Amino acid sequence: MRVISYCEALNEAMMQEMERDSTVFVYGIGVPDHKRIFGTTSGILERFGPERCFDTPIAEDSMTGLGLGAAINGLRPIHVHIRVDFLLLAMNQLANMISCYRYASGGKFGVPIVIRAVVGRGWGQGFQHSKSMHGTFAHVPGLKVILPTSPVDAKGLLTAAIRDDDPVLAIEHRWLYWQVGEVPEEPFATPLGKARVVRPGDDLTIVATSWLNVEADHAASILSKRGIGIEIVDPRTITPLDEDTIITSVAKTGRCLVADNDWTYCGFGSEIAALVSEKCFDSLKSPVTRIGFANTPCPTARHLENAFYPNAETIVRKVEKMLDLEPTDLTDEVFYSHERRFKGPF
Amino acid sequence: MQTFNKGAIVEDHLCINLYKTMYLIRRAEEKIQEYYPDDEMKTPMHMSMGEEAIVAGVCHALSPDDQVLGTYRSHALYLAKTGETDRFFSEMYGKAEGCARGKAGSMHLSAPEQGLLCCSAIVASSIPVALGTAFANKYKQNAKKVAVFFGDGALDAGVFWESLNFACLKKLPILFVCEDNGFAVHTRREHRQGYVSINDVVSKFNCNAFQEDTTDAEVIYNVSRAAMRALEENDGPCFLRFRYYRYLEHVGINEDFDAGYRSRSEYLQWREKDPLTVLKSKLLFKGVGMEELAVMESEIEAKILKSIELAKKAPLATTSELQQGVYQCE
Repeated sequence: MRVISYCEALNEAMMQEMERDSTVFVYGIGVPDHKRIFGTTSGILERFGPERCFDTPIAEDSMTGLGLGAAINGLRPIHVHIRVDFLLLAMNQLANMISCYRYASGGKFGVPIVIRAVVGRGWGQGFQHSKSMHGTFAHVPGLKVILPTSPVDAKGLLTAAIRDDDPVLAIEHRWLYWQVGEVPEEPFATPLGKARVVRPGDDLTIVATSWLNVEADHAASILSKRGIGIEIVDPRTITPLDEDTIITSVAKTGRCLVADNDWTYCGFGSEIAALVSEKCFDSLKSPVTRIGFANTPCPTARHLENAFYPNAETIVRKVEKMLDLEPTDLTDEVFYSHERRFKGPF
Repeated sequence: MQTFNKGAIVEDHLCINLYKTMYLIRRAEEKIQEYYPDDEMKTPMHMSMGEEAIVAGVCHALSPDDQVLGTYRSHALYLAKTGETDRFFSEMYGKAEGCARGKAGSMHLSAPEQGLLCCSAIVASSIPVALGTAFANKYKQNAKKVAVFFGDGALDAGVFWESLNFACLKKLPILFVCEDNGFAVHTRREHRQGYVSINDVVSKFNCNAFQEDTTDAEVIYNVSRAAMRALEENDGPCFLRFRYYRYLEHVGINEDFDAGYRSRSEYLQWREKDPLTVLKSKLLFKGVGMEELAVMESEIEAKILKSIELAKKAPLATTSELQQGVYQCE
């Protein structure tokens, strides 16, 4: 099958849906500029024109309300934010307006809007360009939240989101944009609310979100050399959440580590810990453990930033503790570093 | 639709309709005042009394297909746009037959099928939704217009300016209707605004700004028609500002002239030009008979009472309704 990048998969999903449905349009700060949101909106302006692909003033609040107004009048907007942090300016429209509209209309009118927001990381992004916040968004009833990890899911889930009659936030980690994988050329929708078992294993379940799937997979490879079988479950969408796949996995392995690409405190990891404790209590051989961002704003200095984010090594060490293993020698192990992809200055 | 003005009959017909709308609003709210102390309508009431001429004038200038959005103070807007009282009172009583199945209450009235898209209790937050509505109407080239109603407090919010800017930039078919009562809750304009005239400021945008210091619904209708013509001719937004006086407290069914932030004498000056009194005098002057008016009024009265009786007797939604309508297909 054809191999494309996550970034190209997002682009293809939007292009194909805009081709299929003339009510779909895409807008946001920088959407048609020369950088095209890391290339995810490339070619759309040329193919569909400025009516369906346009830039906006720096006015996230009103531009989100614009999406709501368009969506309740028969259009399907895709609003793009190059950082999740910028989307926070629109929390009023998200949590007071969009999320409630169907309920407030007695169930009569939905809001088929997609909001794409990119998680920045690496090379000094700092505390205003690095948030994910998916746990915060998922906390609000009425919103759906998806976190595609692989190219095939980027296309399938974004396509499903565009076709969905409810508001969907797509949280996209920018380091994933360069991941490549097999993706069918024809349009297809991957149903929201279905987790994916990324890697089967019997000893311990890692529920990983977004970029931490990449780190979890690396950690699982390291541990497999010692005969440890890690099962990785990528929920893919956290609202709706596929509880069954997580429960089935933990019931089998008896151990659960949540590796969430967000702050742990009051976060999605806490939700999974609660779920697993409630539904798998009798199967658990050790307490559910969470890893995620340090409970601080994200620092800029590289060595502090490295301490802020968990990675494959953090996961390996946590798993060793949970399984009561001696520490693996990781001196020869090469961990992912963004520095190898991007060298400054900016 | 009054695009010409030749015969008194056409004009009287308009004034009669304006009066009927305002009478419906006033009496519906007076009934709320009467029944609210029973504590069966468990929803915070932000009363429209005093503002009737604005919604009546603007809504009659719109076509039935045109759309409106409002605020938490939108009893008047709902009644002017829909003309119906059954679902209105059922919503006040929290019943399943309410316009939002009891989930929205007084502050979030809507009737999307009749063009009332939403009312929001966050000041200014429905303005960008109207912007998106205008965007969609232009995108679909369906010639619909949208009017968004907000108080002068909304002028203090950034999203008003963001929306005005974008509407001007994209030449969207939208009427920004400022119902200016001079207060944001209890705070007067002079404590909030660093400019003298909002219309002067708005005029600097590519926007036609209108204002009229009147409580005469017919005048407001005519200004609205002029605005709509400008909107059609100039292919861009219009801003309309009309002043009124909030007769009652910010929230609740009572007067609050003893609270210290405004005086009864201020109110009494406005009360002399009460929109219903103004239009009723006009109708009588135009030769509409007292009897004819009395018949109209009693018909409206009966309609309101019937709706209240229906609403009081109507069943509550089952508790499972709580979970319905958060997402599609639940």
